[in-house]
Amino acid sequence: MSAVAGEPMASARPDARGAGRLLFAATVLILVVWVLLPIWLLLVNALSSPAEVTSFPKRIWPSFDMGSLSFFYNFGGVGRALWNSVLVAGLTMILSIGVGAPAGYALSRFDFPGKETFRFLVLMTRAFPLPLLALPLAVMFIRTGLDDTVLGLALVHTTLALPFAVLITFSLFSGIPVELEEAAWTLGCTRAQAFGKVVLPLALPGIAASAVFAFTISWNEVFAAAVLTIENRTLTAFLLQNISTSPLHLRFAGGAALVVPALIFIFAVRKYLFAMWGIANR
Amino acid sequence: MAEIQIKQVAKRFGSFTALHSIDLTIADREFMVLLGASGCGKTTLLRIIAGLETAGEGEVWIGGRRVDRLPPRQRGIAMVFQNYAVFPHLTVFENIAFGLRMKKMPQAEVERRVKRTAELMHIEQLLQRYSGQLSGGQRQRVAVARALAMEPDVILMDEPLSNLDALLRLEMRAELKGVLAESKTTAVYVTHDQVEAMSLADRIAVMHQGRIVQAAAPVEVYRNPAARFVGSFIGNPPMNFIPARRDGDGRWTVAGLTLSGPKIDRGEIEFAIRPEDVEPGETGLPATVRVVEPLGAHTLVTCDVNGGLFRAVLDSSAEVRVGDDLKLAPKTDRIRWFDPETTQAL
Repeated sequence: MSAVAGEPMASARPDARGAGRLLFAATVLILVVWVLLPIWLLLVNALSSPAEVTSFPKRIWPSFDMGSLSFFYNFGGVGRALWNSVLVAGLTMILSIGVGAPAGYALSRFDFPGKETFRFLVLMTRAFPLPLLALPLAVMFIRTGLDDTVLGLALVHTTLALPFAVLITFSLFSGIPVELEEAAWTLGCTRAQAFGKVVLPLALPGIAASAVFAFTISWNEVFAAAVLTIENRTLTAFLLQNISTSPLHLRFAGGAALVVPALIFIFAVRKYLFAMWGIANR
Repeated sequence: MAEIQIKQVAKRFGSFTALHSIDLTIADREFMVLLGASGCGKTTLLRIIAGLETAGEGEVWIGGRRVDRLPPRQRGIAMVFQNYAVFPHLTVFENIAFGLRMKKMPQAEVERRVKRTAELMHIEQLLQRYSGQLSGGQRQRVAVARALAMEPDVILMDEPLSNLDALLRLEMRAELKGVLAESKTTAVYVTHDQVEAMSLADRIAVMHQGRIVQAAAPVEVYRNPAARFVGSFIGNPPMNFIPARRDGDGRWTVAGLTLSGPKIDRGEIEFAIRPEDVEPGETGLPATVRVVEPLGAHTLVTCDVNGGLFRAVLDSSAEVRVGDDLKLAPKTDRIRWFDPETTQAL
């Protein structure tokens, strides 16, 4: 990134400017390769026959051999782990929106003492490293009987997803003029009715995006999942456990099964995530 | 049948006092304009009437009912917002029908009222459109139609024309006046535009620093300002003020000219005259012309009188050049006097 930062120092000398442009292009290229190369390798290998995976050089375009993927899918426990992942992520999505959206609404519409502190604290929850919390959490979960359950893991994932849910919905509700709500009140709505009839329809696409993001966070999370579950493994925890002992083509298939849904989800909601992070949506 | 009574309403935001104990009665079917510069509290007062803001002290009565503890929906009001607040996810039809549906009105009645108000505001061809497909002027019409469809006791408008361009504003102004007169509702209208206020109002309440300085008919506010502020705020160009020195009982010297004025025991008061109420003549206020601006029907002349700025609006046939020394004779029945300490009219 330092190369990019140095680039706009447009010197008066044309050759210096040309060199800067070259540096800029090179940096862009490196960043693009950085992101796309692993994805390309993953996809090519997941969609190739086991023999092709170990061969070299790689084909640019995979042979679309479904052998690895179908073997992976039929591998014992994968189906169940996949289902667990969906359950945990779904529950995380519901919990984090159910708690996060009202918090986002309150932050955007009301002035209350400690509002700024609250916003800061919401972000601070992300500052605690999960490994530090994992052991006490595991102990507590065992005591309360939440260990190795879908609900228990979803609760942990909710704490991870909640800050994003709060901040995305906060910016979402802030973008809806308060006059629209006020107009609804003067036209006969209670506060709740105005929210349901005016704010919610306008915020719904963004809330859905925020929900998908929460889903993805849970889907990708591996540490808490590995520590807190034994029988009811999610896909990530299951793969972590089994992949090192699997043949190479199965590892690629497993990786693709994890990455591709997450990529598709994030791509679908990128507009709202950019808005949250203050990047203009172009 | 809705008279609005505002009794000793005060509002504070932190240490800032937005409204100092306001008393105002707005008669049934009256068109009242709250006029003032930004920050004078006019919008706060309107929002207190609407119920979007709660008064710190005082009472609000609408149609003989005390409403200041009621939510907006129970006050029998409808409001038009500065940025129109047309719901973007609903068609124009559903926007106008919104309040009627909240009242659980039968579909036939909803359609009848939407159709009627849409015709009234000339938007019947836009009923199936969304707000994003409308121009500013059209959105404004939708917002007014939505308020009128409610057939409210009181219609409240917060600078509804300020986001429109000049020509459209002129057109909407005349239209609003006609439509509201016909609807027989009490109207409270907030604006900072004095021309808008003069042309629309039955009565203008001039506000300044959280107080109502004068509430009277437009011509009265213009001709007989109750306070110096009103004279200097209303009128373009505003009133001219010159210090007057006492010269015997009821006689005052203004820039060397002796005039008869109020019989009070004061050393100095202020003489005031509207720019159009002076005529060049043989005797009058000695003035040196600085700037001459011909405006067609009139000529605006800026001069020095008594070491201060003085604006006169003269007939455009008057031949005046920069540097001329004039005698500007004030029309005696148009002279006003102010107490410089209390700033009130004498």
